[in-house]
Amino acid sequence: MEKYIKERENQIATAGDQNFEMDCAKASAAGSVSQRSCVFCGSRVVLYPIADALHLVHGPIGCASYTWDIRGALSSGPQLHRLSFSTDLREKHVVFGGEKQLYNALTELIIKYKPAAAFVYSTCIVGVIGDDIEAVCKKVSIEQNLTVLPVQAEGFNGTKKDGYRIACDALAKLMGTSGNNNKILNSINILGDFNLAGELWMLSEYYKKMGVNIVAQITGDGRVNDIRRANNAMLNVVQCSGSMTWLAKHMKEEYNIPYIRVSYFGIEDMSDALYEVAKFFVNKEMMHSARSLVSSELKKLLPALSGYKEKLKGQKAAIYVGGAFKAISLVKALRLIGVQTVVIGSQTGSKDDYSIIKDICDEGTIIVDDSNPIELQYFIREKEATIFIGGVKERPIAHKLGIGFCDHNHERKEALAGYEGMLNFAKEIYATAMSPVWQFVRK
Amino acid sequence: MEETEIAIQENILEENVSQYFASTCNACKVCSPLGASVAFKGIKACVPLIHGSQGCSTYIRRYLISHFKEPVDIASSNFSQDSTIFGGQRNFNKGLDNIIQQYNPEVIAIASTCLSETIGEDIAGLIHSYKSQHSGENLPEFVAASTPSYQGTHMDGFHEAVSAIVSAFAVKGIQSEHINILPGFVSTEDLRHIKEILADFRLDFIMVPDYSETLDNPNWKEYQIIPQGGTSFSDLKKLGTARASIELGHILNQGSGTGRIKNVNLNPTGAQYLENKFGVERFNLGVPIGINATDKLFELLATLSNMEMPEKYKMERGRLIDSYIDGHKYVFGKKAIVYGEEDFVIAMVNFLEEIGIKTVLCATGGESGHAQDSLRQITGNKTLNVHQGLDFESIRHLSKTLKPDILIGNSKGYYIARELGIPLVRVGFPIHDRMGGQRILHLAYRGAQQLFDNIANALIEYKQNTSPVGYKYM
Repeated sequence: MEKYIKERENQIATAGDQNFEMDCAKASAAGSVSQRSCVFCGSRVVLYPIADALHLVHGPIGCASYTWDIRGALSSGPQLHRLSFSTDLREKHVVFGGEKQLYNALTELIIKYKPAAAFVYSTCIVGVIGDDIEAVCKKVSIEQNLTVLPVQAEGFNGTKKDGYRIACDALAKLMGTSGNNNKILNSINILGDFNLAGELWMLSEYYKKMGVNIVAQITGDGRVNDIRRANNAMLNVVQCSGSMTWLAKHMKEEYNIPYIRVSYFGIEDMSDALYEVAKFFVNKEMMHSARSLVSSELKKLLPALSGYKEKLKGQKAAIYVGGAFKAISLVKALRLIGVQTVVIGSQTGSKDDYSIIKDICDEGTIIVDDSNPIELQYFIREKEATIFIGGVKERPIAHKLGIGFCDHNHERKEALAGYEGMLNFAKEIYATAMSPVWQFVRK
Repeated sequence: MEETEIAIQENILEENVSQYFASTCNACKVCSPLGASVAFKGIKACVPLIHGSQGCSTYIRRYLISHFKEPVDIASSNFSQDSTIFGGQRNFNKGLDNIIQQYNPEVIAIASTCLSETIGEDIAGLIHSYKSQHSGENLPEFVAASTPSYQGTHMDGFHEAVSAIVSAFAVKGIQSEHINILPGFVSTEDLRHIKEILADFRLDFIMVPDYSETLDNPNWKEYQIIPQGGTSFSDLKKLGTARASIELGHILNQGSGTGRIKNVNLNPTGAQYLENKFGVERFNLGVPIGINATDKLFELLATLSNMEMPEKYKMERGRLIDSYIDGHKYVFGKKAIVYGEEDFVIAMVNFLEEIGIKTVLCATGGESGHAQDSLRQITGNKTLNVHQGLDFESIRHLSKTLKPDILIGNSKGYYIARELGIPLVRVGFPIHDRMGGQRILHLAYRGAQQLFDNIANALIEYKQNTSPVGYKYM
């Protein structure tokens, strides 16, 4: 047995190895138990948090069933996004076409739920059986006088990242349709935060304190009408760059809105995000508010963290998450609490992301793109990691290896962003590292 | 129940359900490759491969991992646009190469998907051509099940896979002493309990599938790339030489109402195949939940083993009856909604009937077309409201009129119980919001004991919590 699939050799690197360029952003190797999902998934996770929209999955039941209410993306108002709608195609539709089923389903659901807009996701077989979902969406849109957007994200048509792009496409179509194109003073859109465990609410508090106006949240606690007028903002603040950079670039071209990339994980990155926004508006008062906000938060946070750092010294972490930009923040956040990163990887990182990772990680750290359980367990054992940070699919790997685990994926129920989130993160890491249960492992 | 009351209830059902003709909201089912994957996980040293897009295997893994809390490695042939247009052979072959290189499995079990079926992939042909390209090499065994998600639910997928395993591997031979047990889709604890019972009857048996360990392992000394456990290939070969098969469940993959068009001929169940092909006598029983259903299983085991029921089970049965008596008033006349897979609902409702709980709605996402007849016939209760092809939103809607006291089913109905302010007793699959979902025991006397205690206690706790008095005795 081999440690890794041969064709994946160029997706595995070690920090310190200067000549290496990650061969990423490609389709997963067939037969690999990739931790990635498909194009459909990519589009679904991005659009899911738009709470007042109808999300209808056109296909057999699986795709809708597996994505029913699985994100911890909270809404302060409507909860329509948490229902799982499917056209539930059967064999007869596969043979005779599913357009009528889609038409009926859409019409029925729009009348029943009165959404602010509808997204229709196509799944693998929809294109193959020849359903013209665009035409159906158009027809229903006219009949019901509602924006109905097709999201043509057939699962096989690329990688999860292509799904992000398709979702961004749909969002782009929504933008600029509010009928109001006046810029709003000191305003931003928040791109790429999904309000997991209410994180976005914490962030908007920070921005509010600085006097920054938020036009649209894309897509955490998102609303259709906010997205429509997102073109009125002056700046796009982009987290989760993997999913949202395309939209930010599009908005730059179309509406001349510049963007900055930020991360809200860890003290350093969180503070930088606020400073960068203040810097953009060239507003002394705003910068002053940002500084005093940061210093007052740190006054509370740093003493609370120091105890954890003391106790967590010597712990080694493996990180495997969806987006690489988050992984970068995690390395820094872990350092802050005394934990060294020894393995780091992502499902959808770009070359640039990986080159930053290589620069910030300690020499010898294993860096991997689109990994699988066999590789991950091997790297973890080789580097003697004691904590694994990942998502639901990584948890049992960690637990079977007898090491701690911290869920940093989109299903989590703990807020880990912002200053409060940093403390929660430390608590999470501490709770997993210090549990007495490890005494029974391998005995 | 009065005739008029039934008529009214059926009216309500008709009226409410008909509103939901075109779309499914919060499905009470998942897709067939998931069921096939579970069955395949019950084969020793087996790696399942889903022939379709990457998402199929990842979503299914995530869903199963959240229930079993175990690593669930399922490979994908990872269809691309090219494979969809020109066929998946290249990816299929590459997939097999990579699985063999990484896992070195004894068996590779392939489930098709809606995509691979729709483009007309001939998986048997693909396996054949892979084998001939590698002739002379030491290859794993292969088995493939046809499990497009537009045909039936995860249960159809499960039983199709069982049928595929049996027909791929069982061979002819001299009849031997062992029996086959095909338990269906039950919990890992249920599987372990069935094995314990059979061993106590001193029966030599082969269980298929047996995921009692592969999906519920202890903590390992060394990380196992393929978890230990499962029915071995050599045992699977012997299925054809057994003296009898016991198959649990009435619906199995015999659903005629799953909207089949292209292939209207149903595959036989695993045990039917063995009976037809090798003359292995098939004993078909319901899933043994409750005393009546369990008695039938124990009678059969007594006959097959020529042995009286072991003392241990007599005691368990006796204690169960004793507790039924002690607790009967807490449960009598209470109204329940039961939902889940058809065979599971049939077994659970049958159990509730024997303790005096009135099931006001037997709901399932399955659409075999047989659930109502089976349920009414098995329980002898001709007034049961059975509804197939329901989603959770329809169940939720109906619950407002039916006003149940308790919900019994998997964790996905939690939001309904929460809204109604009534208890949910978590049973079946999946349990995504509690520890130990995979270890819930439902079967035989011991399982009924736990179910009875849990249901009675849930009702007692509700009464206690909603009482202004704060009783310490209930």
